[in-house]
Amino acid sequence: MTDTELASLQSAIEPYLPLGRSGLMPALHAAQKIYGWISEPVATEIAKSLRVPLADVHGVIEFYSMFYNEPVGKKFIRVCTDQACALKDADGLLNHLCAHHGIKPGQTTPDGATTIEASPCLGLCEQAPAILYGDEAETNVDLKTNTYDLGRPPSIVYGQIRLLTANCGNGSTTSLEGYGEYVALIKARGMKREDIINEVKASGLVGRGGAAFPTGVKWEGTSKADGSPKYIICNADESEPGTFKDRILLLDDPHRIIEGMTIAAYAIGASKGYIYIRGEYPYIVPVLENALHEARGAGYLNEDFDIEIRVGAGAYFCGEETALFESIEGKRGFPRVKPPFPTTFGVFGKPTAINNVETLCNVPLIVSMGAAEYRKIGTEKSPGPKLFCVSGDVTQPGVYEVPFGVTLRELLDMAGGIANQKKLQAVLFGGAAGAFATSAHLDVKMTFEDLRAAGLPLGSGVVMVFDETRDMRDAFARLGHFFAHESCGKCYPCQMGTQRQMEILNRIAAGKMQEGDLARLQDVGWTMTDASLCGLGQTAASAVLSAIKLWPELFKDESGKMKDEVRGKKKEVGGKKVVAKAKAVKAKAKKRSAKRKTQTVKKKTIAKKKKK
Amino acid sequence: MANEVSLTIDGQPLAVEQGTTLLKAAQQIGVDIPTICFHEATTSNALCRICVVEVEGQRLLQPACIVKAAQDMKVQTRSERVKRARKTILEMLASTMDLSDAPAILMMMKEYNASAERFPDAERRESEIKDDNPMYIRDYSKCLLCWRCVQVCADDAQYVNAINFNGRGFETQIGTFFDKTIPETTCVLCGQCVGVCPTGALKPKREYLLEQGMKPEEIGVMDTGRRKRRT
Repeated sequence: MTDTELASLQSAIEPYLPLGRSGLMPALHAAQKIYGWISEPVATEIAKSLRVPLADVHGVIEFYSMFYNEPVGKKFIRVCTDQACALKDADGLLNHLCAHHGIKPGQTTPDGATTIEASPCLGLCEQAPAILYGDEAETNVDLKTNTYDLGRPPSIVYGQIRLLTANCGNGSTTSLEGYGEYVALIKARGMKREDIINEVKASGLVGRGGAAFPTGVKWEGTSKADGSPKYIICNADESEPGTFKDRILLLDDPHRIIEGMTIAAYAIGASKGYIYIRGEYPYIVPVLENALHEARGAGYLNEDFDIEIRVGAGAYFCGEETALFESIEGKRGFPRVKPPFPTTFGVFGKPTAINNVETLCNVPLIVSMGAAEYRKIGTEKSPGPKLFCVSGDVTQPGVYEVPFGVTLRELLDMAGGIANQKKLQAVLFGGAAGAFATSAHLDVKMTFEDLRAAGLPLGSGVVMVFDETRDMRDAFARLGHFFAHESCGKCYPCQMGTQRQMEILNRIAAGKMQEGDLARLQDVGWTMTDASLCGLGQTAASAVLSAIKLWPELFKDESGKMKDEVRGKKKEVGGKKVVAKAKAVKAKAKKRSAKRKTQTVKKKTIAKKKKK
Repeated sequence: MANEVSLTIDGQPLAVEQGTTLLKAAQQIGVDIPTICFHEATTSNALCRICVVEVEGQRLLQPACIVKAAQDMKVQTRSERVKRARKTILEMLASTMDLSDAPAILMMMKEYNASAERFPDAERRESEIKDDNPMYIRDYSKCLLCWRCVQVCADDAQYVNAINFNGRGFETQIGTFFDKTIPETTCVLCGQCVGVCPTGALKPKREYLLEQGMKPEEIGVMDTGRRKRRT
């Protein structure tokens, strides 16, 4: 690479030089924008400029799936093959595009024009199937009519109330002029800091990202912690499959988020804020930049408190709060061991409050209305409005704003019921890290307390619907693939467990279940749940474990026998020698059953063909 | 004493100095908690999770290498949940990598009745031996990602940062900048990574050559990194 070729890089990364290592992610993004990928001389130049060890720069590029250290196509097509899109034949779409370009998923055309990749959830589930075409969203792709929507993805908002989404769904971003004065911020600045925190505590607001931690308690911890500066971070790394509510808030009403962050900053004494947005939402970044610019112009953001945008690069993992800090610091997105907690040891080791987008959007509401008035919305134990991401086999997928306490049945009725007059088979609740529900759960009220009692997590508000015709084993296999792809690889239970879980679920989906697979799946699942280092590993098996309870018959082999039970009994009886003998016998039996299985599989495919 | 905490481990009461990890506390009364990634000389990351124990009142199992003893804590080091987690982790390791040079882990597998064949048709992490410098070989088929080598190469000891990670998740492998050979990196051949490797993934070249059946006299100076003395 010549000096002139590097010159454009040097000027592009100049703004990040004062940031040191923390400037690594923005610098890599800038480089990739120029060259399309990050070559060795480019990585070397970035490493030298930011004074980061070469090996560490390499490690960071390798961690994030949207950074490339080999040439990729000028056009980058990412086809979402996660659950919601899969229900709308995303696999067919991917195959069609690949066939059209004469390549396989993950490959680049020989002329270097196009790369096509299967992508984890793009957060466009209500307009499935979806593609990220370069930096643009391409949604509602219909191969039959050859139509699709390109550009700003429409925000589809329904529900019973419009508090959080008051400015959403109009087809455009609400400007500062449209949003109006930050009245809640002005009111907050007339209050004592601790009074704001007490008000938020009194409101009963808990985190909407999935963990449901009380927001006021988090703020209080950060405000009381020693150390400065303090940080407020908006976690906009919305990546839980089936979640798209934050996308709509970010795209349509950024000022509500900025106002929420600014109030939080004032309450906890933070002088710096970050909005960490996932790399799969590139089209939102200019919207946020513009909103921040407007807020600066109006004086809401100033030298006392300002906000910086950080863009992720394809790592579900970075939604985990400590991994997100690491990413801001320019490192691989590995989770940290907790404690210490972010309130005392957050980003750059400083006290940090980190809140989800939707959580922050509740803040101006609480300050304006007052906690007492706010608590009139929802139920006593789950106060406030809630956004649900309804997708899959419903007539009207979209974001639904409702008060806590509506039942699942009511929510599905609002969404027009199950699409095409079919019957409900299952609902994936709370996302990939959630749990499955069935029609038996239709009258469960959607509150933290009722869902907990029903063994369902609210998670990030995902309600993904599967009709009676869906192959749930395919859904399990996709869950397995998702977690194996997104595990960071730090702790052993998750690093290997997600891989083994995927392998077993793939076998089950293919009708090639092996003896002992159910017991293996449960041992792996419980080991991940019990022993993983962070929330991702701890929940990587939760949906599958819930499915085993709901539909044990789906985890039986072709003959319908749950072979594991038999195996378990044998083990109890047998001493070591007996087990060894049994093993030899089993090995023989396995060969036989393998033969039998291939036969059944053949039969199955024939049967399928006949059906067609 | 004011700076002591009392707790029970497997029903045995004991008192330890405040700040003592459960791992060290257990050692004081002769209770053995297995470890893999833990090393006295490196920062504990609690990533292998083989040292997890059950602490009463805690929803999840706790890594003994970093969790500190606290007043009235009740710890179980061999509960059914603990045994299942350890056994499964060991079985997953055996299905993933070559443990032939890791006798301590093989012993653990016996103790926990873990079967190396538990996971049939499992994808293994296999890789070619990297023999690119006169001092040590790298056989990542034997690597279990304890991170010790990366840590001693960086802030835990040497500060040369020659190695980091390739890929992520199950596909993670220790690697260099754009897969350069060791002599092309910042490596100073200090050998600390080889010293802390628990599984023979990093091995002195001489040891490796002897294992390959070469006789000491056949191993040339050029192969081992020793400088020829000028006479």
